Amino acid sequence: MPIIKVNNLSKSFGGVKAVSNINMTIDGGEIIGVIGPNGAGKTTFFNLLTGIYSPSSGEVVYNLDKEISSKSFKPYKMTGYGVARTFQNIRLFKNMSILDNVLLGYHNNMRYGLLSSLFRLPSFYKNESKAYEEVLKLLEIFNLLDKKDELASSLPYGEQRKVEIARALAAKPKLLLLDEPAAGMNPNETKELTALINWIKDEFKLTIILIEHDMSLVMGICSKVFVFDYGTLIASGTPNEVQNNEQVIKAYLGGE
Amino acid sequence: MKLFNKKNTLSMLAVLGVYAIAGLLINTGFIDSYIFLNIVLIGINIILAVSLNLITGFTGQFSLGHAAFMSIGAYAAGILTAKLDQPFWVGIAGAALFAAFAGIVIGIPTLRLKGDYLAIATLGFAEIVKIIGLNTEYIGGATGLNDIPRYTTWTWLYFCVAATVLLISNFIKSYKGRACIAIGEDEIAAEAMGVNTTYYKVLAFTLGAFFAGIAGALYANYFYFLKPDSFGFMKSIDILVIVVFGGMGSIKGSIIGAILLSVISLFLQGIPELRMVVYSLILFLIMVYRPQGIMGKSSLKFFRKRGVLYANHQGK
Amino acid sequence: MEQLTQQFVNGVSLGSIYALIALGYTMVYGIIKLINFAHGDIYMIGAYIGFALTSFLHVGFFPALIISMLLCALLGVLIEKVAYKPVRNSTRIAALITAISVSLFLEYGMMYFVKAETRTFPELLPNKQISILNTSAVLDIKNIYIIFVTISLMLVLQYTIYKTKVGKSMRAVSLDRDAAQLMGIDMNKTISYTFAIGSALAGAAGVLVGTYYNSINPLMGVVPGLKAFVAAVIGGIGVIPGAVLGGFFLGMTETMVSAFGGSLYKDAVAFAILILVLLAKPNGLLGRNIKEKV
Ligand SMILES: Nc1ncnc2c1ncn2[C@@H]1O[C@H](COP(=O)(O)OP(=O)(O)OP(=O)(O)O)[C@@H](O)[C@H]1O
Ligand SMILES: [Mg+2]
Repeated sequence: MPIIKVNNLSKSFGGVKAVSNINMTIDGGEIIGVIGPNGAGKTTFFNLLTGIYSPSSGEVVYNLDKEISSKSFKPYKMTGYGVARTFQNIRLFKNMSILDNVLLGYHNNMRYGLLSSLFRLPSFYKNESKAYEEVLKLLEIFNLLDKKDELASSLPYGEQRKVEIARALAAKPKLLLLDEPAAGMNPNETKELTALINWIKDEFKLTIILIEHDMSLVMGICSKVFVFDYGTLIASGTPNEVQNNEQVIKAYLGGE
Repeated sequence: MKLFNKKNTLSMLAVLGVYAIAGLLINTGFIDSYIFLNIVLIGINIILAVSLNLITGFTGQFSLGHAAFMSIGAYAAGILTAKLDQPFWVGIAGAALFAAFAGIVIGIPTLRLKGDYLAIATLGFAEIVKIIGLNTEYIGGATGLNDIPRYTTWTWLYFCVAATVLLISNFIKSYKGRACIAIGEDEIAAEAMGVNTTYYKVLAFTLGAFFAGIAGALYANYFYFLKPDSFGFMKSIDILVIVVFGGMGSIKGSIIGAILLSVISLFLQGIPELRMVVYSLILFLIMVYRPQGIMGKSSLKFFRKRGVLYANHQGK
Repeated sequence: MEQLTQQFVNGVSLGSIYALIALGYTMVYGIIKLINFAHGDIYMIGAYIGFALTSFLHVGFFPALIISMLLCALLGVLIEKVAYKPVRNSTRIAALITAISVSLFLEYGMMYFVKAETRTFPELLPNKQISILNTSAVLDIKNIYIIFVTISLMLVLQYTIYKTKVGKSMRAVSLDRDAAQLMGIDMNKTISYTFAIGSALAGAAGVLVGTYYNSINPLMGVVPGLKAFVAAVIGGIGVIPGAVLGGFFLGMTETMVSAFGGSLYKDAVAFAILILVLLAKPNGLLGRNIKEKV
């Protein structure tokens, strides 16, 4: 039973067809790679999956808890549906601490009202301390515990990417979308991250879709890869199949 | 995370201590009515600045119309206590609720607006409120509303200020407050993490207006007399200046800023002809030498360098 | 019908004034994204310069207009260099408050020197009225002057912006500041020219208003300044034709509202229109919609 169905999905900006006529199904519990040259439409595809853009035509249907079509997507509703993401151009809350950044990811799991937050009624303490504990656990996983009170903007690039993943995980998603999680990392950090992504998939029982230019990461952990070029899906299959696909080779050689 | 830890107990004692000591000084006449008048002004300015800070400093919604919320509260309290003979607490509650309602009314339609456009729309809203006030016979029109009973005492003032500071600080440190701060930092990221930005922006406006309404009630019931002109564009600017001077997103800063600026303007009253000229120079110097304010460390996204807002952030 | 014609003439005259002031707001905003709150006060100073020239030095209308424009241009450049340049890279809100401080400085500085009282402008233009198409609606010579001067200035501006090098740099900077700088455009120079041109237009508006309404005072810039700014925003701030459109639109509506019994509410109507326009078109009537890329 696939958890995502993408039917004839297209998105254009003025004259540019950033995503055009994509069809695919994705099964749960896997790590899926999305690759393609610069400007191929990968990020746009993610934005369509998370309601930031609405499709020009076609639709996305999730089957996570219940069936939800992209017609009812709104960016702020996605975590409620079980979908969380990171951004290619890191979008942390720069002047908030690491702790607060990740706590923010926990937003939809908080259960207390306005009066409790103004007057600190018991439900405030109950929810906040529970959130706090869980967030500390997440920070520990990402080895960020001792930096929890530092401002997000003070961290090096690689660690900022980790905070973004931790923030997304705090939303307790079933589907995690990572837009170039290893960009700006050195080979060692990338290796570490690869292992970590693999581990959190099992630990949190996630489906992960990741966009990546680093082939070693993609080949290492993805069970299936989709290749985009000029907005269209030109190939899909296991990493090996894709690597030897003629069209893919041409797209990369022609594109660079 | 406990209610009665050492820090909380100590600050509670400090709050009550200040209240008692100042109360004693006022009752014994050590603080005369002129000084008390200025204390009232400082208290009102603290409430206004802290509540605007919630909207502009924390949530990042640039508002140039805060005085309008104050005026709605002031007139509501004035009508309730002077015309309808209600007790002060009814006046305060009515002021807060009417102003909060205005906060919703201005919050919802202006949600689509950002930055400077929002600022101008709030300015326009405030001017409309003022003009309606000037032309409404029932509240005295341009001549003003008179004979409002003087109910604002040290006790009312002090506890309204303390409640405002406490409740807004609490709010800011709750997940709802974090959501507001996140909106001020990066709206798109906040939304992607599940924050209903529409709801929280309106909430910030509503809460901010609620407390500004209380400030209005304290004002009305201290000065007996209200005029729509007192709540014009310059009043909104004065409040904004306190917030920026104190430091955007710092409650302590707003308190200190309100006190310092009130003291400065007190001194400037000694030179009536040059008062505004010197005030403008002080403003200018603050903006050049300390644009982040007294307590400000860093600034929120919208208030960062001009031109960055619309820049293409795509890093390849 | 006659009433309508009469109001139309008045509306166009008022609209011209708003448009002239709005142009300065919009140009400055286009270049440095600053709401230059002191702009309305430059208009006030323009009026005072015109007043001084005509009452004390007995200069005629056109020389007074031109000298006032030149001096205002100078003042605008000076304000930018002294006050705005230091905060150019600071936060938007700090820049806005700086602009307000300059505005207060000009208003109350002027008040200190020339006193708060209202001054009467000498009659510069022949007080002649022409009836329109043999109806009782009249066209004052002053109306003709205002409209004529406004249109000429706009044509000169149009030429400057589209045909001269300075104009091209201005357009480039307002389109993409970083790219323009990379292409070697001198930011300081472009900003100075923008302030000079915008302030000169405000100065012209000041002299025109002085001759039209005959009375001036140090706070006269506050309300028209705000209204002209509203006009600029209605048209789409940063967009030059938008300022003209917004100015005439606002002048016209205001005159009509006053004519049909709503004079007490005319300012409220201006702001209500502003809010309605922004709600329908968040970037103004002619503004470009720039969305942040994710
Ligand atoms: N908001 C937008 N407005 C206009 N065009 C856009 C927008 N977003 C994306 N595009 C265009 O759509 C195309 C695909 O862009 P997209 O960011 O999806 O590529 P990508 O595959 O993520 O590339 P990269 O590897 O560089 O991140 C590009 O031509 C881009 O310029
Ligand atoms: Mg991308």
